[in-house]
Amino acid sequence: MANALDRIKSAIAGNKVMIFMKGNRNFPQCGFSAATVQIFEQLGAPYETMDVLSDPEVRDQVKAYSNWPTIPQVYIDGKFVGGCDIVRELYETGELQTMVKGATGQAATN
Amino acid sequence: MDPTELQQMIERGLPGAHVEVQDTTGGGDHFEALVVSDKFEGKGLVERHQVVYATLGDAMRARVHALQLKTLTPAQYQNRR
Repeated sequence: MANALDRIKSAIAGNKVMIFMKGNRNFPQCGFSAATVQIFEQLGAPYETMDVLSDPEVRDQVKAYSNWPTIPQVYIDGKFVGGCDIVRELYETGELQTMVKGATGQAATN
Repeated sequence: MDPTELQQMIERGLPGAHVEVQDTTGGGDHFEALVVSDKFEGKGLVERHQVVYATLGDAMRARVHALQLKTLTPAQYQNRR
């Protein structure tokens, strides 16, 4: 199995919208992870998740990779976008919709 | 950790900043903070939050589970009032 850093990099490179979270989209294990997934569900754009609870090495190394101390972490088009509160703020200003559309070429539904 | 300790850490790391911190669950590890500083000028949200996290050093890893941040420049803070 690739080491944690390679798994992080390929997940980010391989998915236009990548969310490192606690749990998964159907069973989020933390309120902030749940709220973040909820935003992308509302946008209706495709996204991939990785459960850091089942991969402690990734859980630590993704924080160093982005210089961001908490989970969830959202990456769009290979770029770190933020955690729950920044994603929520971007959603409220409409910037997130623009970023997602730019990355996936798919208009956000709302 | 109590909110005042967290507030003082941010103030020490960002001299001159206006800082308000609340414990959101009463458990001493989930916080909400408003930070107003001219150091945020020209910085995006991620950078602004990283500036605040940098003032907390290891405390952010060990003792603070969640820190929801509102990071404003003095001008933004004035407009909000």
